[in-house]
Amino acid sequence: MTNPKVISRTSSDKELNSDYKYGFVTDIETDLAPKGVNEDIVRLISAKKNEPEFLLEWRLKAYRHWLKQAGKDPDWAKIKFPAIDYQDIHYYASPVQAPQLESLDEVDPELIEAFNKLGIPIEEQKKMSGVAVDAIFDSSSVATTYQESLEKAGVIFCSMSEAVQRYPDLVRKYLGSVVPYSDNYYATLNSAVFSDGSFVYVPPGVRCPMELMTYFRINAEESGQFERTLIIADKGSSVSYLEGCTAPMRKSHQLHAAVVELVALDDAEIKYSTLQNWYPGDKNGEGGVYNFVTKRGKALGNNSKISWTQVETGSAITWKYPSVILQGDNSVGEFYSVALVNNHQQADTGTKMIHIGRNTKSTIVAKGISAGKGSNTYRGLVQIMPSAQNATNFTQCDSLLIGDKCGAHTVPYIDVRNQTARMEHEASTSKVSDDQLFYSMQRGISEEESHYMIVNGFCRGIFQELPFEFAMEAQQLLRVNLEGAVG
Amino acid sequence: MVVNLRGLNMSGNSVAHDQYRLDFKELDGRLVPDSPSWLSENRQIAFSEFENLGFRTTKRANERWKYTNIAPLARTGFRYRFEPNEDVVTIRSIRELLPWHEDWTRLVFVDGMYSDLLSNPDNNSSDVYVGQLREAMVDRSDVIENSLGSLVSYSKDGFLAANMAFLSDGAFVHVSNGVSPRKVIHLIFVSTGDEDPMVSYPRTLVLAGSGSDMTLVESYVGLLNNSYFTNAVTEVLVEDGSKVEHYRYMKESQDAFHVGTSRVQLGRDSTFSSSSFSQGSSIARNDLGVTFNSPGSSCSLSGLYQASDSEHVDSSIDIDHASPNCSSDQYFKGILDGNSRGVFSGKVLVRPEAQKTIARQADKNLLLSEGARINTKPSLEIFADDVVCSHGATAGALADELMFYMMSRGIDEKTARSLIVYGFASEIIDKFNLAPIRDRIECLLLDGSDFQ
Repeated sequence: MTNPKVISRTSSDKELNSDYKYGFVTDIETDLAPKGVNEDIVRLISAKKNEPEFLLEWRLKAYRHWLKQAGKDPDWAKIKFPAIDYQDIHYYASPVQAPQLESLDEVDPELIEAFNKLGIPIEEQKKMSGVAVDAIFDSSSVATTYQESLEKAGVIFCSMSEAVQRYPDLVRKYLGSVVPYSDNYYATLNSAVFSDGSFVYVPPGVRCPMELMTYFRINAEESGQFERTLIIADKGSSVSYLEGCTAPMRKSHQLHAAVVELVALDDAEIKYSTLQNWYPGDKNGEGGVYNFVTKRGKALGNNSKISWTQVETGSAITWKYPSVILQGDNSVGEFYSVALVNNHQQADTGTKMIHIGRNTKSTIVAKGISAGKGSNTYRGLVQIMPSAQNATNFTQCDSLLIGDKCGAHTVPYIDVRNQTARMEHEASTSKVSDDQLFYSMQRGISEEESHYMIVNGFCRGIFQELPFEFAMEAQQLLRVNLEGAVG
Repeated sequence: MVVNLRGLNMSGNSVAHDQYRLDFKELDGRLVPDSPSWLSENRQIAFSEFENLGFRTTKRANERWKYTNIAPLARTGFRYRFEPNEDVVTIRSIRELLPWHEDWTRLVFVDGMYSDLLSNPDNNSSDVYVGQLREAMVDRSDVIENSLGSLVSYSKDGFLAANMAFLSDGAFVHVSNGVSPRKVIHLIFVSTGDEDPMVSYPRTLVLAGSGSDMTLVESYVGLLNNSYFTNAVTEVLVEDGSKVEHYRYMKESQDAFHVGTSRVQLGRDSTFSSSSFSQGSSIARNDLGVTFNSPGSSCSLSGLYQASDSEHVDSSIDIDHASPNCSSDQYFKGILDGNSRGVFSGKVLVRPEAQKTIARQADKNLLLSEGARINTKPSLEIFADDVVCSHGATAGALADELMFYMMSRGIDEKTARSLIVYGFASEIIDKFNLAPIRDRIECLLLDGSDFQ
C-alpha cells in the first residue's frame, strides 16, 4: 500500500480532539428493502441475488432458528448497550448500479470519489503490484481488480453473490461448515439475511500470487451490514487475506454482524489479517458501530495452519472471537491481536482454540490497551479434547492502562481433557511505566510522543505479524486513536 | 445507556426440594422459642429466598457454576438431622481423619451439632472466646447481631440462603483487641452420614479484634463412606492491624457433596493468609472471597486440590480490591487422577479507587491419567491504572524425563511417580506452617509408596 491510505498527521492541540476522520456520507441512490426482517425479506434478498434453491432453504432454516432464539441475544460479554430493535434495520441495501462491471469507467464517479476519500484509490491500486482489491460498498461488490491474474493462477477471488452463481458446489459444500447457521444469535441472523461478502478458493498446491484484500464500508443510513466471507485453501495451498474497515460517521448505532469462515485442507495455510477502524462513536459515547462478528477457521487437514492477526481500534463495541478448530493432526492455530479502546469504546474480544487432532499447536498473543473510559476484555477459550494427544498451547495476554477511568479485563477459559497436553497461560496488567516515560521525556521527547512510542513498543510483536503495509498503517491508526488519552 | 441485564433475573428451573420445606418447618418450630427475634426473622426471610432460588442448575448466566454440575445435588432431598449421632464418633475415630494436636483448642461439630463431649473450648477469659455460637448469642448478642451474615448476602445464592435458613448453631471465635491466643484454634466438622442422604449446615463466625493475632484451622471430614451434603459458611472479620493465619482441610467421604463458602473482610493494615487442602468428592467446592475494605492490607491464599476416580473438586477464589495499597497473592495447584475433574476459577477485581494494587494469581495443574480433566479460569477485572496485576495457569502431565531420571536410579515406577507428585505439591505444602497439617497431607500424597 502506498501513502494515500496512511493516516498521517502532525499533532496540534486542535487536532487532539479530532473527530473521526472518515465520517462522510456518500449520496448514492440506494436500493433499500423496507425495514425489518421476516420470511419475505429473506426471500427477497435471495431473489434479488438470484440464488439457487438450496441457499434459500438454508437462509429460511436459519431465520426460523433465529426466531426461536428471540430475546436471547448473548448477554455474557462485558459490554453494555441498549437493546437492539432488529425490526428497525434495513436488511438489504445495494447501490443501484449493477455489480457486474468489467472496468472502472462504468462505476459511478461518486462511488470512486468515496473510495478515494477512504484512501482506496482503485486506479492506483490497479497499478500497484501484489494487491488485488475487492471493494464492498454496502452490500454489493462493486469492483474487483486483479481478477484476471488471479484466474491465471487458478485462484477464485470474487464476491459471495458471484460465487453462488458460478461455483454453487463449492459454496454448498463449505458454507456453514465452520460456522453452522445455528451457531450463535448473530451468526444465525447473518445466515438468514447475509447480503454479500468475499469468496476465495485456492486450488491444490497453489501459492496465491498476491495478498488478497477487501474493504468493507457501511454506508446507507441505518442499514446493518451482514457480510459472509468464505475462504477455502485446498491441499498444499496458501493464501494471505487482508481486511480493512472504515465506516462513515453516523448518529444512530449501526449493527454489523458478519461471519467469516476459513477452511484449510491438508498442508494448507491461511493467514487472515484485519485492521478494523470503524466509527467508534463520539467522545460521549454517542453513535458508533456495533461490531458483532463471528470468525472461525477450521484447520481440517493434517499439517494445516490458520493464523489470525487483528488490530482493533474502532467500533463502539467489538464482540469478536476469531477462533481455530484444530482438527487435522499437526495443525497449527495462531491468534495475534491488538485491541485499543478510548473514550467510551468497549471491546470484548479474544479467541478460541479447540484442539482435536494429535500434535496440534496453538499460540495466542493478545495485547489490550485501554484509555479514556474504555473497557477492554480479553476473553478466550483453550480447549484440549481427549483425542488431542501432545497438544500444546501458549497464551499471553497483556493489558496496558492509560488513565484511571478505563478498565482492562482478562477472562481466559482453559479446559484440558488430555494429560499429554502442555498448556501455559500468562497475563499481566499495568500502566505505562514511569521509568520508561522518564527515560524518554528526559531526552526531550514530549509526554504524548513518549506514550506513543511505549504503546507502539508494547504492540510491536503483533505488528510484526502483519503484512508490511498494514504494519505501517496500524502504527498510525494506534496513534490517531490514542489522541487525547494522554495528559 | 441501558444495562443489558436480561438473563440475570431468571432464577433457573430449579426450586428447593420439598424435603427442605418439611425440615424447615420442624426446625423453625423447635428453634423459635429460644432464638432472638432478629435471627428468627432472618431465617424466615432466608428460607423464602431459598425457596425461590433453589440450587440453580441452568448454565445460562450462571457463570460461577459453569464447570460444576450440581444437578445431582439439587435433585436430592437431603434430610436435616434433628437428633445428634454422637455415639459413633469418638476422639479416637476423628484423630485418624484429620490434623490433630492435643494442645489445640478444639470445637467439634457432629453433623452440624456441637459435641460437648469431644470439644475442648476456650471461653472462660474475656479476651478470647472460642465456643458455641448459640451460647454466645446470649452473652454477646450485640456483637453477633451486628456481624453474623454481614459478609454473605443470601439474596442471590441458594446455598447461602439455605445455610442461613437452617442456622441453629455454629462456631464463634472472638479475639479481643490486641490479644494473641497462644493456642491454635481448631474447628472440626464431622459428618457421619446415614442410609438416607443427610445435610448439615456448619456455620462459623470469626472476629479478629484490632491488633490481634490468631491461627485458625477448619477441618471438614466424613466418618463413613456414604452420601451426605455439607453446606458450610464461614465469615471472618479481620480488623485493623490484626493478623489471621487460616487453614482449611477438607476430606469428605467420596460420595459426599461439600459446598463451602468463606468470606473474609480485611481492615486497615491487616494480614490474612489462608492455605487450603481440598480432597475431591462427588462435589467438593471451596468458595473463598476476600474483600479489601481499607488500605494497606495484604492477603496470601494458597491451596492444593486433589481428586481421583470420578471425584470433582472446585476452587472458586474471589478477591475484591476495593481500597488502595493492598496486595493479594494466589497460588493454587491441582493434582488430578482417574476420571476426576478439577475446576479453578480465580477472580481479581480491582476497583477504580484501588490504586497501587499488587495482585498475583497462579494455578498449576498436574494431570496423571487419560481421563482427568481440568478447567481453569484465572480472570482479572481491572478498573484502576496504577496497578501491577498478573496471572498464570498451566496444565500438563508428569514429565517423562523426570520419571526416567528416577527409574534409571533404581526407583520403582510407583514410588517415582509419587515422589514427583509430592515434589510438585511441596511448594504449597510448605505454606502450611502447622506440622500436623503438613504431615497429614504428605501422608495422603505419599500413600502407598515406600517413603511414607
